[in-house]
Amino acid sequence: MSNLPEPVDFDLAGGDRRSLNRSLHALAGDGAGARWNIRNPGGRHALCVGMAAEAELAIHGHVGYYCAGMNRSANIVIHGNAGPGVAENMMSGSVRVKGNASQSAGASGRGGLLVIEGNASARCGISMKGIDIVVAGSVGHMSAFMAQAGHLVVCGEAGADLGDSIYEAVLYVRGPVASLGADCVEKEMTDAHRERVGGLLAAAGVEADPGSFRRYGSARRLYNFNVDRADEY
Amino acid sequence: MSGAPPDRRWLRASASFPAPVIAEIHRAADEGVYDIRGFGAKRHLPTFDDLLLLGASMSRYPLEGYRERCETSVTIGTRFARRPLELAIPITIAGMSFGALGANAKRAIGMAASAMGTSTTTGDGGMSPEEREASKLLVYQVLPSRYGLDPDHLRACDAIEVVVGQGAKPGGGGMLLGQKITERIAGMRDLPVGIDQRSACRHPDWTGPDDLEIKIQELREITDWELPVYVKVGAARVGFDVALAVKAGADAVVVDGMQGGTAATQDIFIEHAGVPTLPAVRQAVEALQELGMHRKVQLIVSGGIRHGADVAKALALGADAVSLGTASLIALGCNRPDYVEDYHALGTEPGFCHHCHTGRCPVGITTQDADLETRLHPEQGARRLRNYLTTMTLELQTLARACGKSHVLNLEPEDLAAVTVEAAAMAQVPLAGTNWIPGR
Repeated sequence: MSNLPEPVDFDLAGGDRRSLNRSLHALAGDGAGARWNIRNPGGRHALCVGMAAEAELAIHGHVGYYCAGMNRSANIVIHGNAGPGVAENMMSGSVRVKGNASQSAGASGRGGLLVIEGNASARCGISMKGIDIVVAGSVGHMSAFMAQAGHLVVCGEAGADLGDSIYEAVLYVRGPVASLGADCVEKEMTDAHRERVGGLLAAAGVEADPGSFRRYGSARRLYNFNVDRADEY
Repeated sequence: MSGAPPDRRWLRASASFPAPVIAEIHRAADEGVYDIRGFGAKRHLPTFDDLLLLGASMSRYPLEGYRERCETSVTIGTRFARRPLELAIPITIAGMSFGALGANAKRAIGMAASAMGTSTTTGDGGMSPEEREASKLLVYQVLPSRYGLDPDHLRACDAIEVVVGQGAKPGGGGMLLGQKITERIAGMRDLPVGIDQRSACRHPDWTGPDDLEIKIQELREITDWELPVYVKVGAARVGFDVALAVKAGADAVVVDGMQGGTAATQDIFIEHAGVPTLPAVRQAVEALQELGMHRKVQLIVSGGIRHGADVAKALALGADAVSLGTASLIALGCNRPDYVEDYHALGTEPGFCHHCHTGRCPVGITTQDADLETRLHPEQGARRLRNYLTTMTLELQTLARACGKSHVLNLEPEDLAAVTVEAAAMAQVPLAGTNWIPGR
């Protein structure tokens, strides 16, 4: 006999987003361990946003903008593709996209783990502030733009201007990088970094050789204005 | 060639290159970088001073001062929010970041606003505990940088303000120079200590009004449709921007004119971008009227509001409330002639200081320096700001009563005349002594 609570089934074909989110918000406080299956999302926007409970949510289908936005504590799996801003400003917990993610995945995320099993479009990890993001496929242009903290692991390729104006976030990319953005440089990959990548891949459940990644980060030349570097702005 | 000073009667200054322009060219040549400063536009612009309230006489009768009531309450967020903001006065405090301002200043502002029954606003850098504790009604800004953005703070606030732009720099991002990025500020913003913080000018996860509509839906879903959602724009293409904010689902629109203040922005931006507050109000009201949303989506106007007459004129043009930034800091003590030697150390004088960006505020308002901050006692600062807000409210009521209004929101364009052709054209009210409105 399992002690797990019976999963709740919520069908968006017969219900609406408001009642779903209201019910999920009601889990805050004593909803730890709750399991929900959400069916027929139909690309709706802002599903499962503002979670504040250690619940396990499975969304069966494609979702629109901002799915799992500002998530705190919940573990959310999207069995489909995700629209722009999936897991934006996530605080903790995890979000897994089984398909592809549109632009701005994990934007300004402050904690937790975002796993994208497919590809992510432009601006993946833009303004990230502590979130860890693992992309099994490739990421589009301007990913990790103004990335402040956290890790972005890309098992495929990265588009143009990776890490433009980056602060202290750390980027690991296995495939080719189209170009690096302003103040983003390749850095030495030490054993400690390989260990870190290995840990992130393990947490994400993504198989890849940590030794095959290259590391990128800030050259810190733009941290304080220097007139002799004005052409880099 | 005697070497004696010249006869000054024969010195002819250039209109194109007056002394301040020459000095700025010299500075740029020396330093190779634009001038960054605080405060707002210092150039002459058409303002509410160019409008007059007509008052009552034979064709209108006034209300008795001090005896007949003139209501000042206003409700913001009546369109969608379950919990609209009930303000006792139509004068609010604008968003100013903890980082630009010190903790004592934020606390003083919160205390004064609470005592007056009005709201104050966070800023780029998130919500500090001092601010939340001191502020009965707190508007939480969601800015492009998303510094410190926390869903728990979102749920703990009283209204949400999505910041698209700022009057001092429409189209520009925030800036906080390294000297103000202390350990606490850096921690709240997830940034290293001491670096120049350059905020983004666009939001990271939406672009354009269609996306904004979905973003607002997300914010409403997170907060269970309880809170009003404002959209703040810097005055530029005001008619379009206000209409698009309404289309995106805003409960209220904040229009910040180019006189709006800043803690650190390029001088060239402050002085040369945007639209003055005076025409911006009229354009915003027209946009709301065209959509049939005037008074349904509330309009809050900011940028150079100084006294009760400015408030009365803004309301007469159709605004629902105003917001104060710079003026509230002046009430706290900004540019007050105390610690004059510290003004001199910054190369300025009381009355001229715009050195918020340095972090060396002589009166302890726009600083993170622990010693300087002690110069602003929160209770004393709150008392001064409360006095100032009380004065403004009395001035507003005095003028509204003189126009025969039992509620300040009953002021109307018909109560106004312009003293310049420019103001008449911008505000679309008659030039004083005529029936002429330019353009009609």
